[in-house]
Amino acid sequence: MEDFAMSTKLDKWIKSNTFHHSQFFDQLELLKQKEKTGLTISLCIPTLNEESTIGKEIVIFRSELMERYPLVDEIAVIDSGSTDKTLEVASSFGADVYFAGDILPEQGHKRGKGENLWKAIHQLKGDIICYVDADIKNIHPRFCYGLVAPLLYRPEMSYVKAFYDRPLAFSQGIRPSGGGRVTEILVRPLFSLFYPELTGLVQPLSGEYAVRRHVLERLPFPIGYGVETSHIMDVYKEWGLEAFGQTDLDKRVHRNQETLSLGKMSFGILQSFLGRMKGMGMEGNLPEMHNILRQFQAVDQQYEQICHDIVEEERPPMIDIPQYREKMGY
Amino acid sequence: MKDLIDALPDLRERLAARRELLLANAVMFSEIPSHTFEEADRARFMMDRLIEAGCHNVSTDELGNAAGIHQGKSGKRNILVSAHLDTPFSRSVDHAVSVSPNSIMGPSIMDNSLGLAAVATLPTLLEQLGIELNDNLVLLGSTRSMGKGDIEGMRFFLDNNQLALRAGVLCEGGTLGRLSYSSLGVIRGTIDITTKRGATGLASGGAIHILNRVVTKMLEIPLPQDPVTQLILGSIYAGTTYNTASRDAHLRFEIRSEGVGMASEIYEAIEGVVAEANAMSGTKAVLNKVGYRNNVSINFAHPLVRSARRILKELDVEEHAAPSTGELSALLGRDVPSLVIGLTKGEHRHDYNETVEIEPIFTGLAQLITLLQAIDGGLCDVDEA
Repeated sequence: MEDFAMSTKLDKWIKSNTFHHSQFFDQLELLKQKEKTGLTISLCIPTLNEESTIGKEIVIFRSELMERYPLVDEIAVIDSGSTDKTLEVASSFGADVYFAGDILPEQGHKRGKGENLWKAIHQLKGDIICYVDADIKNIHPRFCYGLVAPLLYRPEMSYVKAFYDRPLAFSQGIRPSGGGRVTEILVRPLFSLFYPELTGLVQPLSGEYAVRRHVLERLPFPIGYGVETSHIMDVYKEWGLEAFGQTDLDKRVHRNQETLSLGKMSFGILQSFLGRMKGMGMEGNLPEMHNILRQFQAVDQQYEQICHDIVEEERPPMIDIPQYREKMGY
Repeated sequence: MKDLIDALPDLRERLAARRELLLANAVMFSEIPSHTFEEADRARFMMDRLIEAGCHNVSTDELGNAAGIHQGKSGKRNILVSAHLDTPFSRSVDHAVSVSPNSIMGPSIMDNSLGLAAVATLPTLLEQLGIELNDNLVLLGSTRSMGKGDIEGMRFFLDNNQLALRAGVLCEGGTLGRLSYSSLGVIRGTIDITTKRGATGLASGGAIHILNRVVTKMLEIPLPQDPVTQLILGSIYAGTTYNTASRDAHLRFEIRSEGVGMASEIYEAIEGVVAEANAMSGTKAVLNKVGYRNNVSINFAHPLVRSARRILKELDVEEHAAPSTGELSALLGRDVPSLVIGLTKGEHRHDYNETVEIEPIFTGLAQLITLLQAIDGGLCDVDEA
């Protein structure tokens, strides 16, 4: 019964808080809406040695989001200390470029993507900050306006995450709409066990999201791999599920990570996750774990849950089984 | 003309200051796969851009061309500005483009995403620069330009277009300084050889042996040096593996000549070679004509050519006359004075690492806009120049 209620709640949330970027194709309308709200928007691109992709991102974002339709008020690259020409390339195409170590120097400098995101809050001016990774090969303005738009139309929403089509084998109009490997193997099972409401986020680890400043400035920032996971848990705890939105940005082409790197990522995420559980008083006092693993599939642009009832039963050591002991003469 | 010439340096500077608009369009066009006969996605993007820029009558036609009108003040006359939508790259090719401070690299960026970007961005640039023309600009992205497309898109557009065209400017990404005001006579063809199992004689060795003889005899056909005539063997493919005689072999070729009727003469000679191969035991040899262009040109002294040369000279760009094998033939064949111009320097045309230089683009754009102003001002008309 509890599982049914959860499924119903999630279905409702998915229907009302999940978008497709094509809904916001009319950028002129978006611009009018932005002017109506009076909000300002900053686009932040965290970088570390991204010279091969950063030029294209800046050219396209500047042209489409500043020159053609001034939806974005500033585009900034926050760099962790690139040793290639990332900053030179970004600057040559008109981006504001910053070395993270120069921002809030009295706070010191730590290397990590989360550090760049955190310092961006201090450096940038926007009421909304949209973070977009620099390694996207098929960059398109939708990677920004698709995330910002829900915040312009839905004041109750504070944190909008991207998710993507992952073109694995699919047939008959149904496609798996999962996250990456770490999401499906680690984060989704963890959320399913302890925070089933958060399983509605199709790709909780995606690096693209837009957030209102008043939320960002109240969030602690792990500087490493755990930043996205802990954000989600913190926003959920403070503002609830309705604060989240998510937008389907279609295909994202990027570097594929090696399994060893995913292991490191998983380790960082686990650290953050368990740390958050401790902070919520769940340490040593685990709540009853749910048995439903929630995955998602998409039919056209509708997203539906697939619930798997998984009970990991456990067998005792064979030597504890009387028949076995009898057979073996123990 | 002097006023236009004097304004060139300033125009180039002002264009460079707006470079993101053009570069972003070039990148986005380039990343949309658009193999010949599969141009619909690029055409859609082109129309979106023209609509956003406030163009009128933005539409497509039965052959998938994308067109729109940037209205002039009087709108009494029309100038065609066109670039072809198609590329030789199939959808399966990685179309990702990379942008560095000085260059852009990716399949089709030079031929002809940059040309398309120039056409699609032109209305916005003119508006931002405060340049108003009296004439309408008919902006066109044409389909089926390459290979077996046989410039069908442009032919269809011209056959069905209701607007009288005063002149035409065809934009190509490369190379800056290019001026094409004549069209070579061109015939494109394919030769398909198949051999039967158990064939005797030369055919027993398979289709490659037969095609080899055909090619040898084609190369023995005398080609005149003047008028310049070329026989280009463009592609060849045959067979499936190492240890089985191929049952089929295929050749794609092009004849091009400055001489009227010369391409047809060479083609007739090839017909004889193929007929001879077809008569061999166990062999079928088929010749197909897949493309044809007439020899047409406007005079070197035509005011349109003179204006274009003067603009290039003032921009300190070395001009080079290069006869066209593309859409120019269709325009000149319908008595529309037209030119092909190049917009920048580049290299690796039709390779996956096609590259264009960024800085010269603004010189190329200044050339395009000034040439349109000259046409608009009547400086390129035979009777008014």
